[in-house]
Amino acid sequence: MSESTADGHRWKMVIDLDKCTGCQACVVACHAENNVPIVGGEEVAMGRSRHWIRIERYWEGEYPDVKARFLPMLCQQCGHAPCEPVCPTFATYHSDAEGLNVQVYNRCIGTRYCANNCPYSARMFNWFEPYFPSPLEQQLNPDVTVRGRGVMEKCTFCIQRIKRAEDRATSDGRPLEDGDVVPACAQSCPTRAIHFGDLTDPHSQIHELIESQRAIRLLNEQGTDPSVIYLKGGESHAG
Amino acid sequence: MLADAQTKFKNLVWPHEDDPKERLLLDPIPQEEMNQIMLKPMLSASPAYWLVVALLAGIVGVCLFGSWAYMIRWGMGVAGIRRPVGWGVFIATFVFWIGISHSGTFVSAILRVFNAEFRRPITRAAELMVTFSLACGGLFPIIHLGRMWVVYFMVPMPNQRQLWPNFQSALVWDLLAITTYLISSTIYVFLPMIPDLAMARDHTTGWRHALYKFTSLGWRGTEYEFHYLHKALNIMAFAIIPIMFSVHTIVSWDFAMTQQVGWHSSIFGPYFVVGAIFSGVSAVITVLLVVRRTMHLEYFLRPEHFDALAKLVLIFSLAWTYFFFNDFFVEWYGGDWAGHKLLNFQMHGGLAPYWYAMLFFNIVVPILTLWNKRVRNSPIALFLITIGINIGMYLERLVIIPGFLQRNRMPFNWGEYTPQWPEVSIAVGTVALFILLYLLASKVIPLIPVWEVLEGQLSHSRRRIGKTVVTSVAELE
Repeated sequence: MSESTADGHRWKMVIDLDKCTGCQACVVACHAENNVPIVGGEEVAMGRSRHWIRIERYWEGEYPDVKARFLPMLCQQCGHAPCEPVCPTFATYHSDAEGLNVQVYNRCIGTRYCANNCPYSARMFNWFEPYFPSPLEQQLNPDVTVRGRGVMEKCTFCIQRIKRAEDRATSDGRPLEDGDVVPACAQSCPTRAIHFGDLTDPHSQIHELIESQRAIRLLNEQGTDPSVIYLKGGESHAG
Repeated sequence: MLADAQTKFKNLVWPHEDDPKERLLLDPIPQEEMNQIMLKPMLSASPAYWLVVALLAGIVGVCLFGSWAYMIRWGMGVAGIRRPVGWGVFIATFVFWIGISHSGTFVSAILRVFNAEFRRPITRAAELMVTFSLACGGLFPIIHLGRMWVVYFMVPMPNQRQLWPNFQSALVWDLLAITTYLISSTIYVFLPMIPDLAMARDHTTGWRHALYKFTSLGWRGTEYEFHYLHKALNIMAFAIIPIMFSVHTIVSWDFAMTQQVGWHSSIFGPYFVVGAIFSGVSAVITVLLVVRRTMHLEYFLRPEHFDALAKLVLIFSLAWTYFFFNDFFVEWYGGDWAGHKLLNFQMHGGLAPYWYAMLFFNIVVPILTLWNKRVRNSPIALFLITIGINIGMYLERLVIIPGFLQRNRMPFNWGEYTPQWPEVSIAVGTVALFILLYLLASKVIPLIPVWEVLEGQLSHSRRRIGKTVVTSVAELE
């Protein structure tokens, strides 16, 4: 669905797992950019950690020959998103203009059906009213809604940055160029493991990276058509 | 006269030692005596009754509405659900109540369609369970919402947002199916009640008379009226059966339509329908045993009825076992690694205690006991077995809903789920609500359709032919 539509953008993210050090700078940047509250240790221990992007850590091999593998996990902005058809109120639906899976907080009634159906567990629920201890409330991003309790939220591919770049390009009277949009996670990544771009732009860096032999999509066999492409890390790749 | 009749039937030995043919109410007593047996427990209430009603009302107020208000005040977070377990005790209890609601329809509509004579005295009590359990179950889709105050977003009605609900979503199907079922089952319980309400109208005074006069819609009992009542009942009985099947199939689709490991199964529809009827018919037995004992309805509710219902339970236990095995075996044979992790989680992991208890109550106990006529004729044994089946069926929902959600295809995201007190409290509160509604209704609504029993007796008589006595049957419809 996503790639067959001619008009609009097809935003894709490429994450090079060989470059990811698991430093979590992307997680911090995302919290700051998207007004994601810190839920606190008690809630995290309960399994309610709230990050729009998180570093999943998998162990490979047997002790003592063991390696940690990092997998940055965020909403995969699926082309055939399992979360979309199950929502009874169209709170989550597919934006054909951006090729994104968008969430409308004001329509969400909080059935959590979308979260149950997300194979990546990328959707975060607002269990309580968000709380920003002082002085954090002073640095809230005015471009992003603070979500109230009882609604679902997730990574938006920094849609506010996409919109701002589009507006700027329009006012400059030029088409959107590769590199105009940089999501907070990609911007903060010290090893530049995260790339972001528009697939409909034939000159974008994404085009080249997506062709890599190391490119994989998570749980592709589920038919979700994810927009996040991982470049496989470790020794198993050919280059 | 009434006292005679009551002592006579109280002294019936269980198992019945008289002529077995007498059990299907082929020992008619005058109509007025039957009316009085039904009306007497309705018109008087002991202090113990009011004590129980007050206690239940207290539990409903505190446990159900109190905890619910607490949750609305502070947020869904006070419940134990967490990522990746988005649905917990609330949805499990929801499915449980919708399952119980299949009792009445199955016992009443299907047995009516097939002209099963033993249904006559037990239909009303079973149909009332449909309405009340739907009232309890219908609360949960609202309770479990993060923002229950905008629940009307799901209702297809013109609005300033210019948005219809998403008819692709199984939750919208669910809403439509359950509302349809609630409305049709309410009509279905009301229709055959009209002649009994008229009977009650003719025997009461004061506010009751006014109430029955209004609700019996001017019923006079003419042949014309009965002709159309039978017609309407026939239409409703046939119409409500597909509704019943669709309701629980759609409830199962809430799960089967997803990609969740263990949920994504094409057999969930019939599996859930059979499970629902299994728990529903068991609940009918439990309720009828209590009603029989407390309201002294031994004349109407005979060992024969419980025997027949217990056989139904046995059949549905076998059917449930078949579906369970089918679901399990295909998952195991399929060899999907995530499915295998889930099966191991059930057999050896955290779900094991619930899983084995479920198998014990749903398969081992009924199949090993209910084949025996002595067990089927023992009220205490039946009471315990049917309560056990409903515990087992509740565990099944717990295993399938929050249980399965704890495992998925990304091992980093596996999680644990422990219910918190608001969830347990609200679930217990709806049990109290169900009993409370039933208790209150038992004083207002005749729990036995006296006219149907009478009709059955008029269409059957016992004739002596040579040296034997046979039952003659006149076809009414």
